[in-house]
Amino acid sequence: MLPEYLNERVSKALKREKLGLKDQNEILKKIEQTYENAKISPGEAIGVITAESFGEPSTQMTLNVFHFAGVAEMQVTVGLPRLVEIFDARKRPSTPEMKIPIKPKYAKTIEAVRQIAMSVRETKLVDISEQIVINVAKGNVEITLDRKKMRDLDIKPKEVLTKLIEGMKGLDVKEGENSIILKPKDKETVLSEVYKLKEKAKEIHIRGLKGVTHVLPIKNKEGDYIIHCAGSNLKEALLIEEAEKSRITTNDVFEVMDILGVEAARAAIINEAVKVLRDQGIDVDIRHIMFLADVMTRTGKIKGITRTGITGEKESVLARASFETPLKHIINASLIGERDDLNSVVENVILNQPVPLGTGLPGVIVKLPKGDKK
Amino acid sequence: MTEYIYKKINALVFGMLGPDIVRKQACAKIVTPELYDKEGYPVDGGLMDVRLGVIDPGLRCKTCGGNLRECMGHFGFLELARPVIHVQYADIILNFLRCTCKDCGKLLTQKKIELTEEVGEEEQQPEDDFVASSKKAKAVANSLRNVKKCPHCGAKQLAVKVEKPTNFLEDDKRLSPIEIRARLEKISDEDVGRLGLNPAFARPEWMILNVLPVPPVTIRPSITLETGERSEDDLTHKLGDIVRINQRLFENINAGAPEIIVEDLWDLLQYHITTYFNNEISQIPPARHRSGQALRTLSERIKSKEGRFRHNLAGKRVNYAARTVISPDSKIELNEVGVPMVVAMELTVPERVTEWNLKRLKDFVQRGPKTYPGSNYVLRPDGKKKKITDETQEQLLEELQPGYVVERHLMDGDIAIFNRQPSLHRMSIMAHRVRVLQGKSFRLNPATCFPYNADFDGDEMNLHIPQTEEARAEAEVLMEVQTQIITPKNGLNVIGCSDDSITGNYLLTKDLEFSREEAIQLLYSIGVNKPERFEKFKKNVNGKEIFSAILPEDFDFIGNSKDKKLVVVKKGYLVEGTIDKATIGQEKGDLIRALCARYGNDATLDMLGKLFRLGIVVLLHHGFTTSISDTDLPEDIKAKCKEAIYNADRRVAQLIEQYEKKELESMPGLSSEETLEAKSMEVLNKARTKVGEIIAESGLKENATIIMAISGARGSLMNLSMMSACVGQQALRGKRIENGYRGRTLTIFSQGEVTPRAKGFVKHGYKDGLTPDEFFMHAITGRDSLMDLALRTPKSGYLYRRLVSALQDLKIAYDETVRDANDNIVQFTYGEDGLDVSKTEGGKINVNRIVKEIMGK
Repeated sequence: MLPEYLNERVSKALKREKLGLKDQNEILKKIEQTYENAKISPGEAIGVITAESFGEPSTQMTLNVFHFAGVAEMQVTVGLPRLVEIFDARKRPSTPEMKIPIKPKYAKTIEAVRQIAMSVRETKLVDISEQIVINVAKGNVEITLDRKKMRDLDIKPKEVLTKLIEGMKGLDVKEGENSIILKPKDKETVLSEVYKLKEKAKEIHIRGLKGVTHVLPIKNKEGDYIIHCAGSNLKEALLIEEAEKSRITTNDVFEVMDILGVEAARAAIINEAVKVLRDQGIDVDIRHIMFLADVMTRTGKIKGITRTGITGEKESVLARASFETPLKHIINASLIGERDDLNSVVENVILNQPVPLGTGLPGVIVKLPKGDKK
Repeated sequence: MTEYIYKKINALVFGMLGPDIVRKQACAKIVTPELYDKEGYPVDGGLMDVRLGVIDPGLRCKTCGGNLRECMGHFGFLELARPVIHVQYADIILNFLRCTCKDCGKLLTQKKIELTEEVGEEEQQPEDDFVASSKKAKAVANSLRNVKKCPHCGAKQLAVKVEKPTNFLEDDKRLSPIEIRARLEKISDEDVGRLGLNPAFARPEWMILNVLPVPPVTIRPSITLETGERSEDDLTHKLGDIVRINQRLFENINAGAPEIIVEDLWDLLQYHITTYFNNEISQIPPARHRSGQALRTLSERIKSKEGRFRHNLAGKRVNYAARTVISPDSKIELNEVGVPMVVAMELTVPERVTEWNLKRLKDFVQRGPKTYPGSNYVLRPDGKKKKITDETQEQLLEELQPGYVVERHLMDGDIAIFNRQPSLHRMSIMAHRVRVLQGKSFRLNPATCFPYNADFDGDEMNLHIPQTEEARAEAEVLMEVQTQIITPKNGLNVIGCSDDSITGNYLLTKDLEFSREEAIQLLYSIGVNKPERFEKFKKNVNGKEIFSAILPEDFDFIGNSKDKKLVVVKKGYLVEGTIDKATIGQEKGDLIRALCARYGNDATLDMLGKLFRLGIVVLLHHGFTTSISDTDLPEDIKAKCKEAIYNADRRVAQLIEQYEKKELESMPGLSSEETLEAKSMEVLNKARTKVGEIIAESGLKENATIIMAISGARGSLMNLSMMSACVGQQALRGKRIENGYRGRTLTIFSQGEVTPRAKGFVKHGYKDGLTPDEFFMHAITGRDSLMDLALRTPKSGYLYRRLVSALQDLKIAYDETVRDANDNIVQFTYGEDGLDVSKTEGGKINVNRIVKEIMGK
């Protein structure tokens, strides 16, 4: 029984070589035999092997934190810190990043792509205002819009106004001669409140994908246009008309999880890890990466390899205690009378017993002939 | 004596020690803080009471009658004058006080139905559900925190606060442990369960101590100093304090002392007991030695890397091990280890006496420990271990009979486990065959350096001798060097030729010729005796033929050499191509992997050893030297290099000029400064590549450094060009050296200068010497890489530890699924095709090779 991909490869090879039936059979037999011989043996401590496969090369990785994707602001965490980030299952990557391919029909020229890119970038009120000031006498906030910038981005003042009204509930929003005036509804407001108001107004989202701070249109080797984004917002990116939705990628595994589910998150973990390792020129078999991703996602949620993640949720008290914060685990175990069935490795190491892995796994049962009791 | 595991611990259950158990398990009641009497004998009822076990040789335990070795110690107990709070449980006590009525002790809720259902479930599957319900209990606790009135008896509830670590306040009035204990006692078992505790194992009132278990002396042994003075363990000191204060408290209470004095003593007792459990609580000063050093009490003994768990339980010390410096010896086989005589006479292998080997083993005993090969110990069937000395020797010889075990010296062919730290992967611990040699260092074939990551600049390695038949069998079958040729990391070979052996094979297969006699001689010296491989009356033998003599006669192989040229082996003859790192090297050796797949591990290892030695022997005959003069380039080439650097310099100058005239066209997304920077960097990086190319194309075929670089043995052309021509741009974090606060890198430059020199371009080579400013720039990157290494090692080490602890109990089950310790499935088939990476060729089944092989028949 060969796995599908091997079958395909074999039939391709056989077709190419144009062999007689006898030779074909011989080849098939040999390949099947080779496959059977190369199968992993039961009892193999595959977890440890996987850990070794990552742990050993990680000592050779560089700590070089950043990598530049053109502009200084578009730097991306790479190397060991990024690997740690993936395995820890941090809620947000330290440098979120998204790649949005553009459908060919919208990407005729780099100019057109740049236009799309600008609309993808998050524009806040500060970005299009000349100034935002507090009028202390009147107790309000005056916003002067920057016409030129707005023209560049093709934003109408009306659009700004509606966004402001939406974003600043419970406020009077008035359009003055040259400016927009924000005033709190209750008359007696302390200055510090107004100040908070100003700070809030600055952050009002006008257009683009929330969190995308920088964009960079790039033409890749295949000739496709891709918008490289610093900051990630997959949910909104999927709504962009011009984007080729099935090929949008993000390095935020949790975002993938929320929007596309665990299976996609597993694939995202694999892709991210492969990316880091390839980047560092480290060759680790894909099986190890898949395995680790499976371990992290098997409960349907993403669990990090941390004391609160996979290790922290082990059933064995001693296994948890021997990793980190032993006192906490032992005290909590004592409160509920926890039972440790000594199923895994460390507990048995602690107690000087054979571990249930490898050659320690089989238990030999001998059936004695009847009547031979001794 | 072989010890059989006759009892296996099936499970451990954790629980709290209640006062009843403490009293019951105790073998002695401690009443006095004194340790020893005038004669130095332990005082009865003192902390070193002989009923608690013995730590002095000669004394016998009063409880079990055992001596120092046999008695593992017994607990005692101390009756406390007043109850005291156990620090580690303070949070839980607070929780209980908040959630129950101060008068009737009932849970502050009437929502009975919902909760009883939960309790009902818990009773069905007690253990497992307690784990799950402890989370629910937390939710219950949170909802009850602010109930103001008891719904059962109507008593008003006051807010309870904790003043860390152990003071409880109720509306600013202090609650004494006595009161707290009284309240906790009132809580019914049912309510205890609802708050997430299992009342069978932990009653809340047990968290207030009124008896203190006193640990056996064996866990707090005293050390006798050279002066004969006794130095007690930290724990004994602390317990002494506790007992002393406790006695004083008793006396004061009995004498009817004023409440303030009693309270003070009580607080002091609380302090001592708190620090006895945990001396690192942030709110209170740690208890100290007279020298000012903090005491290491119970929790510090358990915690952290040096604590009981990680230091003593998860890793243990062993006997039958040796450690010394390693040195190379390519004359021994790859799966052998040279063991010095001194070590071989100290390490032993147990051999059981039978009828058939009685004579042989008697000879070993006869020779004793001082002549090799002799023996050091004899084990009697009753388990007694007898050292062989001049006195015992005769007697032991006489009584030696089947059933006895002789621990004989290590001999050639014994299996040993060899290890070098850090043991980062499984190839860091492999089994070798012993080869007893002269000298004082372990000898190791340099071909096996790579998996161990060893070199011979003073590295030390460890040797372990397996002591049981099972261990030896496992080591032989699973750990021997030949079983580890291919790594499970990516299916490449970790064992292969390196350094000189690659250079030798490269030169040999490239264009060397030897006379027939020489060739046969050469091969014979590395253990290949196959004169028939060469035609009888041929005068000169080609290097490829000599190389082929090692290969099996039916071996076919097609691969690529390092420069992507074809390497073809047909019927065991290398017909085309030169051998280099890509065919026989470490991690990349295609030829080695092909041999492995075809002829198995043992044969491959044998051939590898021969290949390795062949390379060295060839170099020995041919002569090969690398030296400083390798970096002396011919004048014309040197001029070319200089020109390339000069051109780059000028090009950058042009760019700067353009920039200053504002003629520089910005690259997309970059400012003009950034464009200048990017373009200069590109030019400068190209300059060094260019220099490398000039040297590579120079046709210096005799240059040893170039030969080594091309064959992949050591170094690269870049190394050479850095030595002889130009070191190149020094880059820090992907950029040229950046300016300091004054707009320049060094004060010898003008502000804002962006010339190659001012930004860290080193145009000299190491041999010519660097100018002072170049040297400085070079030192910057040197420091950066040092820092990188220092910061990375602990970081990756921690990642590794976490990976191991998360994954260690995952295994392949008998149904080929991947399961964890509790048999939950992780993967249905490992890696989606069930292949073991270490049994594949680079993670794949090589279909084409098999097809070709069959077709070639």
